[in-house]
Amino acid sequence: MTVTPDDDFDPTANTSSGIPVPPWSGPADAKPGTYPYTRGIAEDLYRQDTWVMGLYSGYASPRETNLRIKSLLAAGQKGFSIALDLPTQSGLDSDDSKARGEVGRVGTPIDTVLDVESLLDGIDLSNVAQIRTTANAIGPLAVAWLVVLAERQGVDPNSFRVLLQNDVLKEYVARGTYIFPPAAGLRFSVDTVEYCRKQLPHWEPIEFCGYHIRDSGSNAVQEVGVALGNAIEYLDEAVRRGVSIDDLAPHTFMFLSAGLDIFEEVAKFRAARRLWSSLMRERYGVAPENCGLKIFSYTLGSPLTSAEPLNNAVRVAYEALSAVLGGAQTLATSSFDEALGLPSEEAVHLSLRTQQILAHETGVRRSTDPLGGSYHVEELTDELERRITVYVDNLHSMGGALAALESGWLSRDLSDAAYRMQLETERGVRPVVGVNVGADTTRARSEVRAFAIRDEGEGEQVARLEAARARRDEHAVATALAKLRAAAASGENTVPYVIDAVREIASVGEICGALAEVWGLEEAAAWHLS
Amino acid sequence: MIGPRIIIAKLGLDGHDRGAKIVARMFRDAGYEVMYTGLRQTPAMVATAALQEDAELVGVSLLSGAHNTLVPELLRLLKENGSDAVVLLGGIIPAADRPALLDAGVAAIFEPGEQTESILAATRAALDGTSVGA
Repeated sequence: MTVTPDDDFDPTANTSSGIPVPPWSGPADAKPGTYPYTRGIAEDLYRQDTWVMGLYSGYASPRETNLRIKSLLAAGQKGFSIALDLPTQSGLDSDDSKARGEVGRVGTPIDTVLDVESLLDGIDLSNVAQIRTTANAIGPLAVAWLVVLAERQGVDPNSFRVLLQNDVLKEYVARGTYIFPPAAGLRFSVDTVEYCRKQLPHWEPIEFCGYHIRDSGSNAVQEVGVALGNAIEYLDEAVRRGVSIDDLAPHTFMFLSAGLDIFEEVAKFRAARRLWSSLMRERYGVAPENCGLKIFSYTLGSPLTSAEPLNNAVRVAYEALSAVLGGAQTLATSSFDEALGLPSEEAVHLSLRTQQILAHETGVRRSTDPLGGSYHVEELTDELERRITVYVDNLHSMGGALAALESGWLSRDLSDAAYRMQLETERGVRPVVGVNVGADTTRARSEVRAFAIRDEGEGEQVARLEAARARRDEHAVATALAKLRAAAASGENTVPYVIDAVREIASVGEICGALAEVWGLEEAAAWHLS
Repeated sequence: MIGPRIIIAKLGLDGHDRGAKIVARMFRDAGYEVMYTGLRQTPAMVATAALQEDAELVGVSLLSGAHNTLVPELLRLLKENGSDAVVLLGGIIPAADRPALLDAGVAAIFEPGEQTESILAATRAALDGTSVGA
């Protein structure tokens, strides 16, 4: 008898032993893809296609970043996120005195749209499933870069699939790349949201970020609570401008971490979807079919250790599993060497392979919300929902997340949690393998070397900025910046004027400098502890 | 005013201050008088704060990779202005960069995952060292 392979065997619909399984399991009233979306935003989340895999990449220069992005696309990455360096994210040009030593260190420098051209040179953007970037305080600049790039390439910017981070409020309490005072920052972010809904309807103009709140040392309740509290601030402002939340809500994402506490993390994603849908329904009157929460998840960086760095590859794999069991739409994974510095080429490829192995070899795509109905996970989902509701109500009683931020309460609340967690780790109450469990000082230190960024990059970028300034029409730049200042002062939406300035090759520092003349700059406050 | 004055500083544009705030609180709980500068301090701003507060120790936190530029400049400004504050450094500092920073005058370098007790021990040793040597 001859045995023939079954070419129609579908590993997403059958277990490895050939047992067929439905796209979801459970009673009829627990169907995923229906309000309140606890079990996921679609009946079949991953069978047709995997989640969007896209890593956060950028270092040294637009050119080097271009090569890194291309090498990951060649390896099967579907989307990507452009990591910007700190001067760019903070609205400073590469030749600013405050940028010294920082250019190209944690991402690519972008001074003008010419840098964006080199960054994305030779990449067919209409074939990229998702373009993301960490523009927050400079949200409208990211819009302008891509719109002007599309103009220069003669394509429709609506053909790009763009997800902007554009959540500046969390920058004031975590992550730190703010520029203007919070109220002005909020306005600038909502300018972007309003502009995109009108002009770039396929773009996703904001992610409500919990990730950075979590990575600053807080817990899952604070993570989702602050993301929801900040979302209310943006959405209320959008409502005041006449934006329909029914229309906007399906074009937003929540950005949540994927941590190591697998079952709590899965419950967190489920609770976040349930809380979001009831917030949309009750506060904004959104139709049930528009209440599904799309989640972008990034593996949490804070559990990664510099001791025994290869262990981090295992941590990232478990974190990625929690995001996928939790039903995320997009997943970015960290690399094992990120506690040492920026990731190497080898480490980022392993990080992408971690997602691909999860997607193609483990069967996790077979059934939507496979942990739904588990006593443990359902109980945790309910409890997180309760605790997060209390947290959001508390923010509300303080006048909202913006007021809690401006009073300093939020910052103290997060740093209290971080300190407590540190003390618990040190007492061994929170075990970390290779640190307080099984730490072996007799073994040789890891051979993993930190990825080195070329020191010449900064001078080269400053030269590119000077060359860009030399080839533009200074009068046109000055006119565009004057109009931008006038729009900022009048309360008009600033995005069209930012686009005009970017088109004239105005730099990041010039554009943010013009706005700072109207809005002022946010200064850090010192803390005295005694 | 129960102990030596310490400044915890975020040098450069790096916005990650979980560690800096934890270390500031740890010093406070250990009986020191502590000032945390807040984010985005230039070397000149930190040196000025150290002189104004008459700080005996400056703990610099930096995870952005700008340490080779900013830390030596801070050390130079402190020295030029007559401050003999001990400088400790914490953050993502690749091993290859450490010898030059230590040679330039950084008393100790701590990496992510450091236990607060070892930072305290190094601080006590460094502060004793300066008072003995002075």
